[in-house]
Amino acid sequence: MRAAVPLVTDASTNTSALVVLVALFLLVTVLGFMATRFRRAEKLDNLEEWGLGGRKFGTWVTWFLLGGDLYTAYTFVAVPAAMFATGAVAGFFAVPYTIMLYPIIFIFMARLWSVSHRHGYVTTADFVRGRYDDRQLSLAVAVTGFVATMPYIALQLVGIQAVLEVAGVGGGDNIVEKDAPLFIAFAILAAYTYSSGLRAPAVIAFVKDALIYVVIIVAIIYLPGQVGGWDAIFGAAKDKMETTNEATGAPTGSFIPGDGQMWAYATLGLGSAMALFMYPHSVTASLSSASRNTIRRNAAILPAYSFVLGLLALLGWVAIAAGTKPVGLDGEPNAQLVIPQLFEDFFPGWFAGVAFAAIAIGALVPAAIMSIAAANTFARNIYKEWLRKDATPQQEAKVSKLMSLLVKAFALVFVLTLDKQNAINFQLLGGIWILQTFPAIVFSLYTRWFHRKALLAGWAVSMVYGTYAAYGVSSATTDHFGGSLAEIPGLGDMGYIAMTAFALNLVVTVVLTLVLRQLGVSNGRDVTVPSDYHADAGDPRVDADLAVEDPLATGEPDPR
Amino acid sequence: MSLGKDTPARPQDAPPPTDRRKIVAACVCLAIPVVALLAVPTYARDEPELWGFPFFFWYQFIWVFLCSALTWTAYKLVLSARPPRGDRDGGGK
Repeated sequence: MRAAVPLVTDASTNTSALVVLVALFLLVTVLGFMATRFRRAEKLDNLEEWGLGGRKFGTWVTWFLLGGDLYTAYTFVAVPAAMFATGAVAGFFAVPYTIMLYPIIFIFMARLWSVSHRHGYVTTADFVRGRYDDRQLSLAVAVTGFVATMPYIALQLVGIQAVLEVAGVGGGDNIVEKDAPLFIAFAILAAYTYSSGLRAPAVIAFVKDALIYVVIIVAIIYLPGQVGGWDAIFGAAKDKMETTNEATGAPTGSFIPGDGQMWAYATLGLGSAMALFMYPHSVTASLSSASRNTIRRNAAILPAYSFVLGLLALLGWVAIAAGTKPVGLDGEPNAQLVIPQLFEDFFPGWFAGVAFAAIAIGALVPAAIMSIAAANTFARNIYKEWLRKDATPQQEAKVSKLMSLLVKAFALVFVLTLDKQNAINFQLLGGIWILQTFPAIVFSLYTRWFHRKALLAGWAVSMVYGTYAAYGVSSATTDHFGGSLAEIPGLGDMGYIAMTAFALNLVVTVVLTLVLRQLGVSNGRDVTVPSDYHADAGDPRVDADLAVEDPLATGEPDPR
Repeated sequence: MSLGKDTPARPQDAPPPTDRRKIVAACVCLAIPVVALLAVPTYARDEPELWGFPFFFWYQFIWVFLCSALTWTAYKLVLSARPPRGDRDGGGK
């Protein structure tokens, strides 16, 4: 059931789309540099200001910032691509994932905000350090966060590349023509992130989110009518997913999760939801909010983005009904190009340009926040903790700013020199890894029953298991790291590897905790007190306490 | 400082007074969407359709709004269970 639509892929440069794309890109560049004036601070030479925007973003700024941060360009490219290629289990799980996300963060994020506000923590590893006085556990959390974030930044570049490729630039044979646009885009991003810190993505997020909403709402209203309505769309998707794939002999994908796919769908959703706010960039955006309850109010209003993401996922199936042929400039089919290609096929050049800009700018916001968050983690938990204990806040900020450049440079080299598949593999691994820091961070917000060494052991065991299990997954395109699903031992059904590893993590942590407590091994010293977990901005009692400089914030020996 | 955090050294270190029943009610509000969406077999089906959308899809879209409403309810419950102290910025903080 296919409507008469242009099926010819136009590989030539789409001039009007390109003009709009460049114009919007220039607009956000100016905004990025002017962002230093936003909620202006006297000095930007410390992590509180550069790395957290002074912790003073209100409900709406946080809504745009977190929306821009969590719903990345890669999400916008990959989710519909997964729907287009293999259907609902691989693609639509993003909807339950981003719904379950909010009750989960509602529960613990206010506590993390409060204790971080009270003690000047910038990263989750800072908190773990304060809670247990354990450098190894803190390092484990920091390194996991840092390593998991790197490929995520690289994937934002993949999002920009997809847009540029469909717009007809960046695919030439010589290296300058091929990679120059991406290089320039990232150099500009690096420059304004360096000068404005977290204020830059906060300002640009307004533009990004506005563009995304406009583009998706227009597309979801206009496109279904062009391809025969929703009945035709779901019909075409069902036909495609039930067709036997010649390479594997199995159905192409899943229209609706069938028997044996229920666990996969549920664990992908829950595991991803629990993992997302373990990433440094999510924590950075949350801690930059002005009060304990900002994040809770946001938990109620952020699902607006989940709704849009669900519509976007369905655009992957609109593309099936439309017969979209996502073919790269190298002539190879590439599902990642399906959304940009759909827009180019159906919309006038200028509107395709707006859509391309939405994706490209959508890559800049998370890339900026991720690089800041990874850099903060490095400066606080590796540089200051292990390399230079007497670093001043100014030195810390300087190291962090330089690191934000290095992280982006690394991501660029990664994407330009290695196969894209590597970035996707590592991102998949990163998701498995980051979930293993959940017990050390979230459980510790509530209790010190778990032993610090048991948490470390649980983390280590599950990291190894998760990596090994992911290594064993092959797909049509790759022998290892071919996906995030593997058989759940003892259950027989497929499930998200991160959740299986997490279960193992819990077992190891609980058993070892019982043993270590029995043996009476010290569980470290806690510098937090119960009221810290309820502290709010403007609490006079907390302000009085903050006036006495906090040992963790200043690096002085703890007088208590 | 001792390891035992249950008896803080200073009275101001204790957690604020809390209405436990309201916190439990808030937790129930937050648990409902998670449990509902984890129960995949209850909604992994075609029928009944709505405007051409199979049940599986429109049901999950509805949960976006239900979850938002339940989270907001939980927010109001938590606020009244543990009124913020020293509220300088006016109500609703």
